[in-house]
Amino acid sequence: MRLYNLLKIAFKAIVLNKTRTLLTMLGIIIGVASVIAMLAIGEGSKESIRATISSMGSNMITIRPGADDRGPARGSGGDVQTLILADYEEIKEQASLLSNITPVVNGGGQVINGSNNWPSTIFGVNPEYLEIKAVGLQSGSMFTDAEVKSASKVALIGQTVVENVFPDGQDPVGQMIRFNNIPFKVIGVLEEKGENTFGQDQDDVVIAPFTTVQKRILAIDYLNQIMASAVSEDDATEAVEQVTEILRKQHKLMDNEDDDFTVRSMEELISTFSSTSEMLTILLVAVAGISLLIGGIGIMNIMYVSVKERTKEIGLRMAVGGKGADILMQFLIEAILISITGGIIGVTLGLGSTIFIEKFLHWPTSVALYSIIISFAVCAITGIFFGWYPARKASALDPITALRYE
Amino acid sequence: MSKEIIKIEDLTREFTMGAETVRALRGVSFTVKEGEFVTIMGSSGSGKSTLLNILGCLDNPTSGTYKIDGVEMKDLSKNQLATIRNEKIGFIFQSYNLLARTSALENVELPLFYNSKVSSEVRRESALKALKMVGLEERMDHTPSQLSGGQQQRVAIARSLVNNPVMILADEATGNLDTRTAYEIMSIFQELNEQGITIVFVTHEPDIATFSSRTIVLKDGNIIRDQKNDKVQSAAYELAKLPKQDH
Repeated sequence: MRLYNLLKIAFKAIVLNKTRTLLTMLGIIIGVASVIAMLAIGEGSKESIRATISSMGSNMITIRPGADDRGPARGSGGDVQTLILADYEEIKEQASLLSNITPVVNGGGQVINGSNNWPSTIFGVNPEYLEIKAVGLQSGSMFTDAEVKSASKVALIGQTVVENVFPDGQDPVGQMIRFNNIPFKVIGVLEEKGENTFGQDQDDVVIAPFTTVQKRILAIDYLNQIMASAVSEDDATEAVEQVTEILRKQHKLMDNEDDDFTVRSMEELISTFSSTSEMLTILLVAVAGISLLIGGIGIMNIMYVSVKERTKEIGLRMAVGGKGADILMQFLIEAILISITGGIIGVTLGLGSTIFIEKFLHWPTSVALYSIIISFAVCAITGIFFGWYPARKASALDPITALRYE
Repeated sequence: MSKEIIKIEDLTREFTMGAETVRALRGVSFTVKEGEFVTIMGSSGSGKSTLLNILGCLDNPTSGTYKIDGVEMKDLSKNQLATIRNEKIGFIFQSYNLLARTSALENVELPLFYNSKVSSEVRRESALKALKMVGLEERMDHTPSQLSGGQQQRVAIARSLVNNPVMILADEATGNLDTRTAYEIMSIFQELNEQGITIVFVTHEPDIATFSSRTIVLKDGNIIRDQKNDKVQSAAYELAKLPKQDH
């Protein structure tokens, strides 16, 4: 009953000072809204990184020659020739946690069809490549193990290559193209995958049997990398260890020698990139948090002025029987009402601007429930914290002093 | 023999202003019985407002005793004093002290907001009844800025009545009003007094004192005169005698 009365009194005071209340709330509104929007952007980019990496095959494991971090001067993985076909065969035979595995050789070159040509990259792989990379076929079919064995000159091409060397829209399947002057028969077209998070065009590829690419185009006897996929995403880490062990044995490395290869799962890649975007999120939230704090100080400022301005009213309220605690509660409730209303408007605005960012700026966003809860709790706490001091001051006034205050 | 509502003995009040001590009250004693209409008179600085503030439990005496209904005020806590102010005393100020931008009815309801025993229905009813007593029931939705000075003071009187106090304390309640309105207000006080409410009225206008049953005159913090008024004038009658206002 008493609390209800005080709530009514506080509510009235807020309604009587609409503009002032709104201006006070503004700080809280902007603070809460920006915390939510910033967190949504941060979470969104994290999720989008995870999604693109997953689309490249979430349980994919890559094995590259050369150590990850050995010595001050490092060459690119392709320059080191420690990975050979025997390694691939050994892993394929022994690793129980891998479902698919393919050797990879790759090199750049010119794709030519009549008068059209386009610089692209050729990947020499085996048929399991499609499974590992999670790529589908738009038309045609994948080459067979037999075609790999016989080093057939067949190829599959990505959308970007199709657009550039078959500009008139004719069906590439069955046509002949040349890659670095070696003729290939196009037997399939890959599904469009678009750009990945790092800006690489995943459709600018030519895929052919690794035997063909290794011998006829690159003329090398080593592998650029080995790609595999773990039985499941959860097994990826263990699979990495298994592969490492097999390769160390295969390369006859002593215990005190470092790996001369690098095995990586997508999971690691995800966490590497996630941590970058996490840093960004923290930075954004810190900025938003500061504006929330300033909003809180705004509340304190207004409550302080409000107490001063209404000293006479406080005196009157005490003269007609208001106790110190009643006055304290009145002002505290006022502060809390302002901050909570501001919080609700802020959450709404935050969600609204998140939708706006997603729709019109096309930034990936993801609203986390915890961001709403945290920002709301913070604004309620600032309301109580910053409302307390002026309210306390009001309640400690002597009725006669307050009444005489001009 | 009616009971003593107010009993003060040897009341003093000193204010310290820097190094100087101002003695506003220097040992005041008197009793007010139920149903009395007392005016406290005195020139400015005589201590009459200080005395009234102490009677209204808004201020504490430096020494001496003050009892309401036999209860010693010195022994009460701040919160208990607030309850006394809420339930036993109606206070009226010279400057009305109404809440701005708040309707007359809500202003009158104010004291009952601080009494958790009163439900919102009873609160509204009591406030309406009090407004009716001062003849402002049809102005209940008006805010102070829409009311004249006299009407504002009548709202303030209604506010002091709303909790059925045992006494009403008025501090220069007619000080800001013209003679005619002042007489209207005084006739309301006389009516209330006839209904048995004890009234202590501070004023410096001698003609206002003629409407009360007893006059106490203060000078420099001491009582210099305390006398019964045998010929109480009727404010309503005096009001009728005033020349009619032109409209």
